[in-house]
Amino acid sequence: MIQGLIKTLAGAAVAGLFAGPLLAQDSKVSDEIAKYREALADGNPADLLEVKGEGLWSEKRGPKNTSLEQCDMGLGPGKLEGAYAQLPKYFKDTNKVMDVESRLVHCMVTLQGFKPEEVTRNWYSKPGTESDIEALVTFIGAKSNGVKINVPATHPAEAKMAKMGEYIFYRRSGPQDFSCSICHGQEGKRIRLQELGNLTTKDGAGFAMKTWPSYRVSQGAVWTMQRRLIDCMRQARWPEPNYLADSIIALETYLQKTATGTVMETPGIKR
Amino acid sequence: MNNQRRNVLKAGSGAALMSVLAAAGIITPGMALADWNKTAFDAKSMADTLKALGAGAPADSKDVQVTGPDIAENGAVVPVGVSSTLPNITMVAILVEKNPNALAATFVLPEGTEANVQTRIKMGQTSNIYALVKSDGKFFMATKEIKVTLGGCGG
Amino acid sequence: MANPMKIRAANKDGVTEVKVLISHEMETGQRKDAAGALVPAWFITELTAKHNDKLVLSSEFGPSVSKNPYLAFRFKGGAKGDKIIVSWKDNKGDSRTDEAAIG
Repeated sequence: MIQGLIKTLAGAAVAGLFAGPLLAQDSKVSDEIAKYREALADGNPADLLEVKGEGLWSEKRGPKNTSLEQCDMGLGPGKLEGAYAQLPKYFKDTNKVMDVESRLVHCMVTLQGFKPEEVTRNWYSKPGTESDIEALVTFIGAKSNGVKINVPATHPAEAKMAKMGEYIFYRRSGPQDFSCSICHGQEGKRIRLQELGNLTTKDGAGFAMKTWPSYRVSQGAVWTMQRRLIDCMRQARWPEPNYLADSIIALETYLQKTATGTVMETPGIKR
Repeated sequence: MNNQRRNVLKAGSGAALMSVLAAAGIITPGMALADWNKTAFDAKSMADTLKALGAGAPADSKDVQVTGPDIAENGAVVPVGVSSTLPNITMVAILVEKNPNALAATFVLPEGTEANVQTRIKMGQTSNIYALVKSDGKFFMATKEIKVTLGGCGG
Repeated sequence: MANPMKIRAANKDGVTEVKVLISHEMETGQRKDAAGALVPAWFITELTAKHNDKLVLSSEFGPSVSKNPYLAFRFKGGAKGDKIIVSWKDNKGDSRTDEAAIG
């Protein structure tokens, strides 16, 4: 969501060079890009990961040789339909606002007996190294396909996280003095051919949030929301937060709250 | 030297592959899997690739269609399809002119299989895509340019 | 060790359309890793599809087929419940066969 300034500058230079012809062809270009996206939609490689995640969910694993089927993602033990769409939320048992990934790790630690560092070592995949978390989150996410995002953030702890997320969204920081809102706080912005969503509106945040987790064709992998946001920080030249950091969960809470009411279309597939 | 080593490695793994497959009973008589056409896939230029496929200089045909977007948002995954109304098509191939090796894939179509295949390919840069089909023993071709763009940010 | 394929097959008006998704890295052999070393080529070379016992497609891939390959094709015939069997093998000697019923 946050774009690197250096790349922005390069993008601005390119846009300057091609501003004339590109503007004239704008609608044709976006039609063709829409065609490209449509062609990818049927046959999303994330489906392969979803099947794998389903297997991992019910498989007895870890030192306690237990499945994750009693994991409570916020709707009660084992209830996954619509669970992703109502996260992050406050959990009494940990006294924390948790997102799908921190809650999943919590379950893998408490139910299956894994050490946290074992579970999170491969929190995202690299060529040749698969990630159980990616597969599980894809599976859990798919159980919310067609469900409306519902994060009203009414619990005081949730409201506080949403407020923190909003603060982070607007805060200029890092060596380039950059904030999320610089790229994602206005309508009709783009970098090169990439349209930049306005994440401050329900429509903009909804469009951004409804398709995660998403298969990124540029990476050949499913990205979770944690990975998306942590990489945004990197691209903005901010120090990268740790996996499952509260700052990321706060941003997610803010974005999901803004997106509330949007119907999930997950797993997604994008460039 | 490097090339030699690579070829030896390739030959080695190829032989191992064959014996593993044979041992596993995967290669059985009657399955008639053709050997992977190394010459065609290793060829760099369009001309060399066509030669290796035994296609020579195919005629352009309006009855062959290459489908795909005019613009690909990312070159790592470009959806392309080939279809044709020509009679008795036994083979279809997809070639990318400006890729390091032009040939992406070949499809042998037994009788009853339609000349209509879709897949996804990598493109290093904006290029012409060629669809090659073999109809009644003769080769025909059609082309389409697909532009590859870079997204707003690397990630 | 390869993950299962996802095969979908549907018959409409006497023609069966098959769509296959395969889990595979499809390394080109031209990419460098973080340390600057060339990542060796690793890609599916051959794929076949059968309708029950009859071969309906036999294809060869190069490394420029995308990671996690997708393939769709159509053949005449096929009835609900018939088997579609897809097999692939790669340049490292790995292989996999999965099947699905025509829906």
